Amino acid sequence: MTNNKHTSPRRFFKIGQFPGFGITTLLFFLFLYIPLFILVIFSFNTGRSATIWDGFGFNWYLKAFNNDDIQRAAINSIIIAITATTVATMLATFAALILSRARKFRGQNISYAIIMLPLIVPEIVTAVATLSFFSAIGLKLGLVNVIIAHTVFCIPFAFMPIRARLQGMDSTLEEAATDLYANDWKTFRYVTLPLLMPGIISGAMLTFIISIDDFIITMMVAQAGSTTLPLYIYGMVRMGITPEINVVSTIMLCISTLFVSLAYLVGRKK
Amino acid sequence: MNQAKREATRRWLGLGPAILLIFIFMIIPLCIISTYSFLESNPYGGVKPHFSFAAYSQFLFELDFDDNVVFNPAYLMIFWRSFVLALATTILCLLIGFPVAYYIALQPPSKRNLLVFLVTIPFWTNLLIRTFSWILILRDSGVVNNILIWTGIIDKPITLLYTNGAILIGLVYTYIPFIVLPIYATVEKLDIRLFEAAHDLYANRRQLMRYIILPLTAPGIIAGGILVFVPSLGAFIAPNLLGGGKKLMLGSLIQLQFASSRNWPFGSAVALLLMAVVLIAMLIYILGPARKTDMGEHAG
Repeated sequence: MTNNKHTSPRRFFKIGQFPGFGITTLLFFLFLYIPLFILVIFSFNTGRSATIWDGFGFNWYLKAFNNDDIQRAAINSIIIAITATTVATMLATFAALILSRARKFRGQNISYAIIMLPLIVPEIVTAVATLSFFSAIGLKLGLVNVIIAHTVFCIPFAFMPIRARLQGMDSTLEEAATDLYANDWKTFRYVTLPLLMPGIISGAMLTFIISIDDFIITMMVAQAGSTTLPLYIYGMVRMGITPEINVVSTIMLCISTLFVSLAYLVGRKK
Repeated sequence: MNQAKREATRRWLGLGPAILLIFIFMIIPLCIISTYSFLESNPYGGVKPHFSFAAYSQFLFELDFDDNVVFNPAYLMIFWRSFVLALATTILCLLIGFPVAYYIALQPPSKRNLLVFLVTIPFWTNLLIRTFSWILILRDSGVVNNILIWTGIIDKPITLLYTNGAILIGLVYTYIPFIVLPIYATVEKLDIRLFEAAHDLYANRRQLMRYIILPLTAPGIIAGGILVFVPSLGAFIAPNLLGGGKKLMLGSLIQLQFASSRNWPFGSAVALLLMAVVLIAMLIYILGPARKTDMGEHAG
């Protein structure tokens, strides 16, 4: 950061800055957020139309809150996302530690490839393959089917930030701990894990998003009674666009924003 | 020797669960659909255990009323549309995403963290919701048409929704954070002293970009590009909601075969075709120039 101060005045441009990049960034953020603002604003519309403004009110919120189907779908979504995130993040952390910290071993590359596989396979292919597999072995465990599918495709999403963090970490600190007679567990607990925590948290965050966001795999794998919020919203959109969809979407948006803000604050803590 | 044994045990305990889970619930299922693609379809769902190439020939040929085999380009068109849209999405995402990622990475730390945070928030917003928000904007009675009519530029709504353009906007909107974050991660790691060195050696901005920044951020660019291209190719939500389900892409085609059309072998065959394209993309990544520097790092 101090590097900027070394820039002497004779230089006619600030090193590394390019014209137009700032304005692109501004437009990018407008592009990213204006649709969401429109969505939120129209959730307060009192009229029946989702895009023609009638007046400000909460009547669609009342309607959505009293909708049992929405409540059930929300609970399903949360159960699935929390379970899949917990399992996937744990498995990914162990795998990342072995793959980046242990000595080179035979099968290292193939292990890495297998862990990244769910990321490489397009979601729709995973969806139909998992459906075929579950129907072939006759697995019908309701939510558990969805949780298994989510855990599997979430592993690489948790793995990547953790591994990136490990690679950026100075392994001399761990070596120093070993030199000071810390055993493997102590080194892991007091040196590696605290340093790795931001990676684990961002991995878990990413995983949670991916799970709660998922529509395609859930749609193919879920049986009756396993409806999640995305499935419910999709059904509503297909039936016709009412402000009720805006309401459910706005609530999901608020919960997500709150959640990500908390995770962000925790991640920033030393 | 004991040490080596202990390490091997730990390796298995650490790696085993993740690999086993992916093997059982991903690799075996992929083998199953590979098998299905060579079987005959059962009109009541599932497959009949008869070996057949029907699923693959259906991609290019069909039987006409007289049972003659005739060329049918309909599915090839779907494949082509998917490929072009995914490529266009990737290029647009790169063109927008790179300057954004670069600009963010060069900000002072506090501002930088805030901006990265703002990029990740839409991540947390459901994909369906984000796509749905574009229906509100693009439909005939949507925000854009309302504004254009109100300002008197047009007097009748123009069709924006259910076009290829709408699908493209939806795809870019959906996947652009996927490209900003990996590029940001590589730019952030750049050593500013390299810029100064280049500057001292009279490199202009173009040369700085061409010879310093782009090669060093290539792993992020390529990783981001793949992260956008692969899901775009098999996208389902944007084509279905913004394309109206009429302009099919590969994702919708596969889904239809497993849902209403009940032709699992054909669905499996198309899924494998999609996989093949993805593997080609991966191969390009592995053989590409960026990978070499990455491997050099591993060796060192």
